[in-house]
Amino acid sequence: MTLAPTPGQTVGPFFHYALPYEGDSDLVPIGAPGAIRLHGTVADGAGAPVIDAIIEVWQAGPDGRVVRAAGSLHRDGYTFTGFGRAATDRAGHYSFTTLTPGGVDGGLPFFALTVFARGLTHRLNTRAYLPVPDGADDALLRAAGQRRRTLLTTADADGYRFDVHFQGPDETVFLTTPGERVP
Amino acid sequence: MADTMTSTHDESTGLERQAVLSAEMHEISQKWAVTSEPEHQPRRDYPPYRSTLLRHPTKDLQQVDPEGVELWAPAFGQRDVDPLESDLTIQRGGEPLGERMVVTGRVLDGEGRPVRHQLVEIWQANAGGRYVHQRDQHPAPLDPNFTGMGRTLTDADGTYRFTTIKPGPYPWRNHHTAWRPAHIHFSLFGTDFTQRLVTQMYFPGDPLFALDPIYQSVVDPAARERLVAAYDHDVTTHEWATGYRWDIVLTGSHRTPTEDDTEGAL
Repeated sequence: MTLAPTPGQTVGPFFHYALPYEGDSDLVPIGAPGAIRLHGTVADGAGAPVIDAIIEVWQAGPDGRVVRAAGSLHRDGYTFTGFGRAATDRAGHYSFTTLTPGGVDGGLPFFALTVFARGLTHRLNTRAYLPVPDGADDALLRAAGQRRRTLLTTADADGYRFDVHFQGPDETVFLTTPGERVP
Repeated sequence: MADTMTSTHDESTGLERQAVLSAEMHEISQKWAVTSEPEHQPRRDYPPYRSTLLRHPTKDLQQVDPEGVELWAPAFGQRDVDPLESDLTIQRGGEPLGERMVVTGRVLDGEGRPVRHQLVEIWQANAGGRYVHQRDQHPAPLDPNFTGMGRTLTDADGTYRFTTIKPGPYPWRNHHTAWRPAHIHFSLFGTDFTQRLVTQMYFPGDPLFALDPIYQSVVDPAARERLVAAYDHDVTTHEWATGYRWDIVLTGSHRTPTEDDTEGAL
C-alpha cells in the first residue's frame, strides 16, 4: 500500500508561543563538559535576516551513537537528547548548545537540520557537516560539487558556524530523499 | 476613472487587490491543468504568496539517500508530554469562548504503517481569529481562557486526539482583503528525521479556500483536499463538542521500524 502524503504548509509567523519550549536549544546544559555552540544566521534572497524562522537539529553524540531513548523534549540537566529547536532572533541568528557529533556507521559527522519559516511553504532539510579533512568526502558532498561549501560548518572559537541562505550565490544545498518526489 | 496602474492597488491601504492575486492563482492553476501531473507538496516558489519570493530555493533540491542519524527520529515519551496538554480548553481558569470540538485522526507513513508514540503539536487562533502573539495586531479579542497550543503523543495505533475550540478566520497583509481560512497548525515527526512535517488542517467548505495563496500553494487539487478535515458525527459528543477527523500521511520511511525503536516505549 502506498498512501499519498499530506502536503506541508508554512509554519507561519505565530509559532513562537507553541513550538519553543524550555531548554529547547540546549541539547546539553550550558557549561557541560565538551559543550560547544552550533550557530549561524538565516538569510533571504536579498541577504536580509529571516527573523521568523525556526531551526531543528538532530544529531549523534560524540561517540557516533544515535539517542533512541524517549525524552527528546525533556531537559533534566544531565541527558544529551540529540534533538534541539531554536527560533531565529531579531538579527536572524540561531544558536544551540550541544556536543560535537560523531560519525554514524562510519559516515562523516554532521548535524541534520530542518528549516521552517514564514514564506517557506514546506520545510527544508539540509546537513551541516563538521569541517572535512583533506581528501575525505561522501556521496552528498561529491554530488554538491562547487556548492559543497554551503554544507560545511566553519570552526570558530566556541564551536561551529553554519549559515543558511534561501537564495543567492551562497544558496544552501537543500535535500530531498528518494520517494519524496515520486507522485 | 482609475487607470489600470492604480486599480491594481486599493487606494486606502496601498495593497494589491484580491483580483490581482486571484488572477495569478488562476493562471498557475490553468498551467498545471494542462498536464495534471500529481504534485504532492506545495510549490515553494508560489508568487501569489508574496513572502515566498525571497525565501524559496532557486536550485533543485539535491536527492540524497538518508544515512546515519537521518534514519532515526527523536523519540518522545511520557516525560515529554503531560496528558492534559491535549485539552486546549482547560489550560486557564475558565471555559474558552467558541465552538468546542474534538479533532482526532491517525498519523501514518507512506506504506500505511501507524506512526506510534510520536509527538504531535498544534497551535491556532482563538474563536475570534486572534493568536496569543505579540506580532498579531488583528483587533479581535484575546480570550483569557485560551492559549491555543497543545501537545500529545500518538498511541500504538498512530491515533492522536485533541479537545479545542474551532479557530476563526483572520486577516493578513499579503494583499488587500486577504483573510486566512480557519486552520490549525500541526507539527509531526515520523520514524525517520527526513519525514518531519509542519502543515495546516482546514475545515470543510470554507469559502476562503479559493482566495487564499497559502492553501492554493498546493496546486494539485487532490493534494489540497488532503489538508481538509472531515466532520465526523461519531466523534461528536452529546451536549459537549463537535467532532472532526483528519488523518495525516508522512512520506515513506527509509528504515523498517520495529517495536523496540524506542527504548522504554509506552
